[in-house]
Amino acid sequence: MLRTFSKNKNSLPTALAWFWAASLVCAPMAYVILISFMTRGPYGGVVMTPTLSNYSKLFDQGLTPLIGLAVLRSVLMAAGTTLLCLLCGFPLALFLVFKSGRFRNVLFFLLVIPFWTQFLIRVYAWMSLLSDNGIFTQIFGSTWLFTYKAIFIGMLYNYLPYMTMSLYVNIEKLDVMLLDAAADLGASQFMKFTKIVLPLTFPGILAGSIMVFIPALGEFVIPDVLGGGKKFFIGNLLAQQFLTARNWPFGAALSVVLILMVAISFFLLSRLGKGKELEELI
Amino acid sequence: MTKTINISSYLFVFFLYVFLFAPVVVLVMFSFNNASSLAVWSGFSTRWYHELVNDISILEALCNSIEIAFCATCLSAALGICVGLSPKEVFKKLPLVPIVLPDIVQGLSLLCFFIWLSVPLGKISVILAHSSFGTAYVSTLVRSRVKVIDPLLKEAAADLGARPWRIFWKVTLPQLMPAVISGMLIVFTMSFDDFSVAFFTAGIGAGTLPLKIYSMLKFGVTPVVNALSSLIVLTSVVLMTLAFFNKPQKA
Repeated sequence: MLRTFSKNKNSLPTALAWFWAASLVCAPMAYVILISFMTRGPYGGVVMTPTLSNYSKLFDQGLTPLIGLAVLRSVLMAAGTTLLCLLCGFPLALFLVFKSGRFRNVLFFLLVIPFWTQFLIRVYAWMSLLSDNGIFTQIFGSTWLFTYKAIFIGMLYNYLPYMTMSLYVNIEKLDVMLLDAAADLGASQFMKFTKIVLPLTFPGILAGSIMVFIPALGEFVIPDVLGGGKKFFIGNLLAQQFLTARNWPFGAALSVVLILMVAISFFLLSRLGKGKELEELI
Repeated sequence: MTKTINISSYLFVFFLYVFLFAPVVVLVMFSFNNASSLAVWSGFSTRWYHELVNDISILEALCNSIEIAFCATCLSAALGICVGLSPKEVFKKLPLVPIVLPDIVQGLSLLCFFIWLSVPLGKISVILAHSSFGTAYVSTLVRSRVKVIDPLLKEAAADLGARPWRIFWKVTLPQLMPAVISGMLIVFTMSFDDFSVAFFTAGIGAGTLPLKIYSMLKFGVTPVVNALSSLIVLTSVVLMTLAFFNKPQKA
């Protein structure tokens, strides 16, 4: 009796939750994996004839170097972006927690303002800053637009807040007494950092890295606009297959490659977190 | 030693803020540029603001974006509460997927799926696509809020004879509100700002603002874009300052 009651009580919310899980998250992904095993239609659609040709095409002699290079570039770019975001975000988060004092709220407020502009407008602003006549070029004396440097600047700019927020939430929980105690016992700044701050904020570093590295793997707009569209990343290959070449089954096979890259990096990064539950990390 | 660390940390943070604000400052500055150049200054003028007001296609895209963001936010809030309150193990882990999955995978898988189900590509498909990640954000915040709610209140209400729906409206929901509201703010911002997912799922019917800006980037930019973004920055700064000073405690 009690059981039926509790079942009835929850029927609508549970149904809605399942609707989201099934039709907006799981089914679309499953469908992409399915069509990666299907044939391309004569006018660019999908014909439901099973085939493995999309995957054998990945190992085609002409295509493998291109795809391999794109995969490698994407991984390196995501790793580089994560590292840059850590190098800038960690000191910033430390500063916000320990040094900003009564300006903390103001500095925090200032930190998010640029991100209330449109993503594309931010990318475009960097495009004009880095262009031949741009202020950045005039200060530094060389044009960085359409180079890897420009891509990294754009990536750092757009992914920094995710890293800073993850780190901030974690560093805020740090017990300051521990640092004072270490100082009383004669620990140097360096020792305090490596022996206390770093180990205790490691979950935050990991959460931030997941939030930056994984989305960055599939980034295609920043390389397209700031990199001039000449350097292909896995995201660009995907967009091209789906929108220009209209070869959906092959595009789907490429997105399975990207999904695998995401799954592997997620697995590896969460292994670093050992006992911690991932939803607690993020 | 400590002093050098202090000074260098202030300098570092100062330069980081310069890095963060340089694009915004340049954007706003060149929205008042007399020429259409985005790099060479040639006198003050408000002509781009006049052009913006007269550019119907941009205003239309702006309206589309606001409409989509509003609907996606409401849908995500409703679904997010359902997912966040569900005790099932699946609903604890699943929200991570849309949060960390690269936008491009979400966009194209939803595109294929919508076409397979013959959902017409337009505002509806973008709203559904944005609710995919929106629900995930709301449910994560709701779930972390549920942990701090006193379960005894619900029991007390049940003891006093309240029916499940009444308990939900009068006890659970009011306590979840802070989480739901911050979730909705995040979803609105992300939906309004989203390019990648809309790029795949919008079709021709629903040109959102980011899509409009993208086509302008590809086919020639004028400072109308700067004027528009300056106004967006101004609006959000005003809104956030109001929220900031109305509630001095940390949200």
